[in-house]
Amino acid sequence: MGISRRQFFKAFSGMVASLSVLTVTAERLFAKWNAGAFHAGKLDDAVREKYGALPVEDSAAIKLTVPEIAEDGAFVPVSISSDMPGITNITIYSETNVFPLVASFDVLPRMRPDLSLRVRMAETGKITAIAQAGGRLYRSSRLVVVSVGGCG
Amino acid sequence: MKLKAVAQGEVVSVKLLIQHPMETGRRKDAAGNIVPANYITEVTASHKGEDVFHAEFGPGVSRDPYLSFQFAGAKAGDTLSISWVDTNGGAEKSDFTITGI
Repeated sequence: MGISRRQFFKAFSGMVASLSVLTVTAERLFAKWNAGAFHAGKLDDAVREKYGALPVEDSAAIKLTVPEIAEDGAFVPVSISSDMPGITNITIYSETNVFPLVASFDVLPRMRPDLSLRVRMAETGKITAIAQAGGRLYRSSRLVVVSVGGCG
Repeated sequence: MKLKAVAQGEVVSVKLLIQHPMETGRRKDAAGNIVPANYITEVTASHKGEDVFHAEFGPGVSRDPYLSFQFAGAKAGDTLSISWVDTNGGAEKSDFTITGI
């Protein structure tokens, strides 16, 4: 006999243990990225996937800076900032894109709600920023005229 | 990755440029074939073992993503670690030194 019963069970339980560790690690890695929200085809669906049914209101406290006209939809500069206390998350959407949700930022305890990035816009449409503070959502939208679309 | 992190008082302003094609999965190459999707999904910044920035990206973020953000509680000379992962299992992690003004 090459392997005893005891050795077999010892080796087998070790394999099971390392497998479960692998599974937990993979879940932790992928759990963060919100596939449902990023794959939603409509802005409202993306917001619901991200935040559930939290109430939304337009707010001048969410400062959204975008160009009025973007020559190239492949690189549209977007900046968001706010002095509102208690913001825990900020999301950015381009309503005319195939997948409207562009990016989601966790405003961690040491982070300031002051962000910039460049986004793709398929065509002329609104850029929307939504900030979560407490149990409410605060929204700001601005129209960007796109000369040449940047998706595809 | 290219990064500039400048401490001014307690607040660090970070400008980050990541080289990545951010393929949406909808673009066609010169031969008319669809280029498979490959885009960054998560970017994380940490300082002394604590996450100070975490972003999730979709394919709507531009090629060669540019980001700027601010966080508090670090000073010039400290190390800022940046990491990202993409949809194809690609990943990169680099350490940068925060500078003063």
